[in-house]
Amino acid sequence: MPQYMLLVYQEEVDPAEQAEREAELPVFVEFFRSLREAGLLVGVQRLRSVESATSVRARGEEAEITDGPFAVTKEVLAGYYILDCPDLDEALKQAARFPGARYGTVEVRPVMPADEWVNAARAAGADVPDEAVKDLA
Amino acid sequence: MLATLIRQAGDFQLAEDAVQDAFEAAVTAWRRDGVPANPGAWITTAARRRAIDRLRRDRSVAERAERLAELTRLDVQPEEEPSMGDESAIVDDRLRLIFTCCHPALQMPARVALTLRALGGMTTGEIARAFLVAEPTMGKRIVRAKRKIADARIPYRVPADDELPDRLRGVLRVVYLIFNEGYAATGGDRLVRGELCDEAIRLGELLSRLMPDDAEVWGLSALMLLHDARRAARVDSSGGYVALDAQDRSLWDQDRIREGLVRLERAVRLRRPGEYQLQAAITALQIQAPDAEGTDWAQIAELYGALARLNPSPVVELNRAVAVGLAEGPAAGLALLEPLFSDSTLERYQPLHAAHAELLSRAGDATGAARAYQRAIALTANAVERGELERRLGALR
Repeated sequence: MPQYMLLVYQEEVDPAEQAEREAELPVFVEFFRSLREAGLLVGVQRLRSVESATSVRARGEEAEITDGPFAVTKEVLAGYYILDCPDLDEALKQAARFPGARYGTVEVRPVMPADEWVNAARAAGADVPDEAVKDLA
Repeated sequence: MLATLIRQAGDFQLAEDAVQDAFEAAVTAWRRDGVPANPGAWITTAARRRAIDRLRRDRSVAERAERLAELTRLDVQPEEEPSMGDESAIVDDRLRLIFTCCHPALQMPARVALTLRALGGMTTGEIARAFLVAEPTMGKRIVRAKRKIADARIPYRVPADDELPDRLRGVLRVVYLIFNEGYAATGGDRLVRGELCDEAIRLGELLSRLMPDDAEVWGLSALMLLHDARRAARVDSSGGYVALDAQDRSLWDQDRIREGLVRLERAVRLRRPGEYQLQAAITALQIQAPDAEGTDWAQIAELYGALARLNPSPVVELNRAVAVGLAEGPAAGLALLEPLFSDSTLERYQPLHAAHAELLSRAGDATGAARAYQRAIALTANAVERGELERRLGALR
């Protein structure tokens, strides 16, 4: 069954508005429970505020470490959930139902299965053993 | 047949390539052995075999194994190949194809290109020329769209009942866009690109055969026919634009008009009003009037009012203002036009300034009209429209 990652992007708001959003937790619980019961939910995690992010680039000898996300954007990554869905329409439906979709953006991205990853490498000439598939998923 | 193979193979590009190969093989084989009793079945089988071969050679993904298994099963035990007379199975596949090509996950230009390619039978080059885009650019657009369909797994099916109204509206919007681009070409030297209008009308007819219970499907079909009926009269022999009130009505295609009115009636009988039906009704009133003077502008103004309630848009308001101006006098029209000047979406909209000029001219304000025409001229990208606007500007002096 194909998988999709649903990346939730939101603007970070002032404490008063944020408190209103936090108070809505029961709606989110119900949402994820419904996905679990339908056998769609693979995983879900909320991320801490973008203020707590640190970015790493290892271009040269030393790793470059920067305070903040990879890029400064208006809406920032707030969390994600991964679903087993037969096709994009189902994933889009579950994105629209997400309670946070009212004030944020949910990006729906298909997951590349590990064996396709391995085959891309082989097509590029890499010598990859079959067991690698287990390490990549 | 392409539609059916896309369903069986589950992949656009694969199906297209396989059908292409099969046609090429047919040329050689039939020249050698004669045309078979059922040429359609020959090609279908040949295409499916080629799809199987391609899948076998392409060892990548687990899911391809599923498709390979399905195709191989069909090869051994073919499903009832639709005979040339069996409409319904083919109809279902074409319907699936339209909804896939017009999927909201694709960008609008991609939906348009894919629809014209897969259902309209236009070549990439023809589509590129119709939209004034370089052929490689159009080619990339189509390839990217097909890749998106495959990678994101856009399903190949008619949407479920709860999604159908929205998705159908999306399909109609694509067809309307194609028609509009052909009817009043936004750029280039010709006012009308007839081949796009023809394609859109054909797609409209296909949709009305596939979904005969939807009023807006008939409404859009009617609208396109009624507009297109005037194609020959809209442009004079030197390619100049002819306004509606100056058109030679004997050049109007009466068959198209008749067909359009029949479809409009079919739509209205379904008793689900909608924007395309309203637009078609407005056009019908203009066409059925004996001349421009005898046109029922008051009725038309009311219809635009109904349209505005369904789909409030500044463009509809503009058209309503013009109709009111023609029905009740320029002052009334100008009053309705006023608020539109503060709408930023209309700032660069040439017809707003052209309409403003027309009403000012009728109100006796030649200076104001000239200024408005100049604004409109500066905003049009179409040479034929520019010529007409310049002519009207000249007629003021």
